[in-house]
Amino acid sequence: MSDNTNILVVGIGGQGVMTATEILAEAAIALGHDAKKTEVAGMAQRGGVVSSHLRFGKRVLSPQITPGTADVLLGFESAEAMRWQHMLKAGGITLMNTARLVPPVVELGLFDYPADPLAEIRKGGNKVVAFDATTIAQDLGDIRLGNTVMLGAIADHLPFGAETLLDCVLRRFQRKGEKLVELNRRAFEAGRKAVGAAEAAAA
Amino acid sequence: MAAVMPVPAASRVLMSGNEAVARAVWEAGVKVAAAYPGTPSTEMLEVISGYPDLYAEWSVNEKVSLEVAIGCAYTGSRAFCCMKHVGMNVASDALMTLTLTGVVGGLVIAIADDVGLSSSQNEQDSRYWGRFAHVPVLEPADSQEAYAMTLYGYELSERFQVPVILRMTTRINHVKSLVTVGERGEHVGAGFRKEPARFVMVPGNAGKRIPLMFKRDGELRALAETCELNFIENGADRRVGFIASGPAYMHVKESFPNAPVLKLGFSSPVPFGKCRELAALVDQVVVVEEVEPLVETELKAQGLKVIGKEILPVQGELSPNVLRPAIARLLGEPVPETTRLAPLQVFPRPPTMCVACPHLGVYYTLSQVRNLNISGDIGCYTLGAGHPWNALDTCVSMGASMGVALGMDKGRGEADKDKRVVAVIGDSTFLHMGMQGLLDMVYNKGNVTVLLLDNRAVGMTGGQDNPGNGRDIHGEEAPRVDFAKLVSALGVKDERIHTVNPYELPVLFRTIRDEVKVPDVSVIITDQPCVLIKDYHKLKPFEVIDDKCTGCGNCIDVGCPAIHVTRRGKEVKASGREVDLAFVRIETSVCTGCGLCVQPCAPKAIVHHVPTSPIRLMTKGGCAA
Repeated sequence: MSDNTNILVVGIGGQGVMTATEILAEAAIALGHDAKKTEVAGMAQRGGVVSSHLRFGKRVLSPQITPGTADVLLGFESAEAMRWQHMLKAGGITLMNTARLVPPVVELGLFDYPADPLAEIRKGGNKVVAFDATTIAQDLGDIRLGNTVMLGAIADHLPFGAETLLDCVLRRFQRKGEKLVELNRRAFEAGRKAVGAAEAAAA
Repeated sequence: MAAVMPVPAASRVLMSGNEAVARAVWEAGVKVAAAYPGTPSTEMLEVISGYPDLYAEWSVNEKVSLEVAIGCAYTGSRAFCCMKHVGMNVASDALMTLTLTGVVGGLVIAIADDVGLSSSQNEQDSRYWGRFAHVPVLEPADSQEAYAMTLYGYELSERFQVPVILRMTTRINHVKSLVTVGERGEHVGAGFRKEPARFVMVPGNAGKRIPLMFKRDGELRALAETCELNFIENGADRRVGFIASGPAYMHVKESFPNAPVLKLGFSSPVPFGKCRELAALVDQVVVVEEVEPLVETELKAQGLKVIGKEILPVQGELSPNVLRPAIARLLGEPVPETTRLAPLQVFPRPPTMCVACPHLGVYYTLSQVRNLNISGDIGCYTLGAGHPWNALDTCVSMGASMGVALGMDKGRGEADKDKRVVAVIGDSTFLHMGMQGLLDMVYNKGNVTVLLLDNRAVGMTGGQDNPGNGRDIHGEEAPRVDFAKLVSALGVKDERIHTVNPYELPVLFRTIRDEVKVPDVSVIITDQPCVLIKDYHKLKPFEVIDDKCTGCGNCIDVGCPAIHVTRRGKEVKASGREVDLAFVRIETSVCTGCGLCVQPCAPKAIVHHVPTSPIRLMTKGGCAA
């Protein structure tokens, strides 16, 4: 069996899931790992389910994460974090945004949105840390920072230090000016802090 | 996407298979690259168009793109063409004769198989084309191989004067992995040399080319035996040896690191000698291929005892998850279990139309007109088959809405005599393969109302430019087709052609209702742009006055994802009938003010939003509220 690290990033089309995974891949590569990133996205641009797989290590063969082997599940949306729980290995961790994005099929009354996704996830017995990335981003002044908040959230749950990931995030904004770099740095740190605080509270 | 361009030679970069092929095409000195967009192939040409020193085009369909590439290859210059699997069906007419003329300049055709149907109407194995057209097939297993095999493809193509198929799958096209890139080499074609016996395929000439094609088959098979893209990796566990190609190879290596494997990179013609060599090493051979048993069947015909689809699925993607239990059962071992949680039940989240999409008005209206049989087509608007509209009844192939509609009209029996036949097709699909169907419909005096949804983009694949929007692949101005004139030229009577703004529901409703009653071919063109392209302009958002909302739910039937239910209730009507109520709000941060939901709102509860605080806009790449 491989000694790869498996990270599953999930959400819905348009949330920036694929970009976030790509930045995680860049950080792994910067540290000398082999890496593969793949999606099951389909027509995800239209609000569908997106699950993005990142595997890194000495050498990566299959790009897909086998169910039951994900080390970390980074959920951009509550019900999506719930949908992919079976991908986690025993002892894996879920880091999830508490935001709820309700699709038209639920608005039409055809299906129900789970009343308490976090509670459902907890029943599985794996560790889960929930935080409101959307509000954190809004409080920083731009909802688009949510993506960086999510990357900050996973920063202390990787087999490498947060610095490399932060560098990779900020590199994306370098050409767009110092102000945006600074905002993203704050968003990243806010995500880290939110997860840290939630873990401390649970301990 | 085009950011790969400035990467210097010898750099190691994270690239998708599509980006890797694009880089190789540029390095190979290709002069002409042509394609029609289609998932998962689209990014190849998008990225190529960002490279300098070559000509790239969005062609109107895959057949034209291949023909453009053929013309270039006949002149001695190198050419590239790519498409999704179903695109090759369209282009195959050209391929089947191209194999007889062969090429002068190298020609690589990259075909992207959507194994697992992430965004397609069917699943196909494009390796069949290699057998059918007698051309070699290369199958990369990751981005680095996609890059290297594209470069090799040009050498192979020129050495044997044969077009080469690069067979990819979604797990190659869209997976990003590390690629070491190289330098660009110049390639200068000798120019077109007139040679009618080779390039004019009339029976007398073509017949003489067929023996050459079969001779070439033999030479290619001999090469496949020695080509380093086909290699055996020995292993200590010799109970099972594997023959694998493409992504399946990676899954085999992941699952059975100690088993001997024959990796087929040059997978057709199959090197039978190499396969026998592997068989001699092991107790039994399993052929692992996505999706059809092609290599397996050919090996069995050669008398080799191999196992394949008896134990592996003939549909969808393979993975370690599929392979490990199958092989365990074959060996009579306990099936390995991964400790994992049972999947939790969560509502489905099918793709939806975008907030303010102009198609919403069309499908809302179609859902309000009774007695329609609606033949649909391929694009975002296929989503009209879903909730809440349920207003699209068929989807077959690109442009099929036209012919299917005519057939539904002509073939109608007693049960359908009161039904009106409507066809729905997008602008790009119409130009791809719908025009001929409309001509057929007019010529054969059909009774069909055609809705031509012109949103000025190939929406589903990401808003690529096309002849309908007056921009070329680089976004530069290009001649723009006039749809009203075009359908008029095909013979639709001018009084039966209407151009309608799909956001004006009463006009659209009236036009559709009136035209379906006319026993003739009508064309209703809707003319508002896709909300994801630059032609779209946002307007002031709307909100719901809570006190005024009666919970009738009419606005929800529009199907816009910006409308959310705040609470539900029940009401008993005077007639004693109980009705469900759904009170709503509009997510003003995403509403772009199209006004569609305002129109069916009886109590006039939907008004322009008055911001109390700065509007937080959710844009692409943002994390939605």
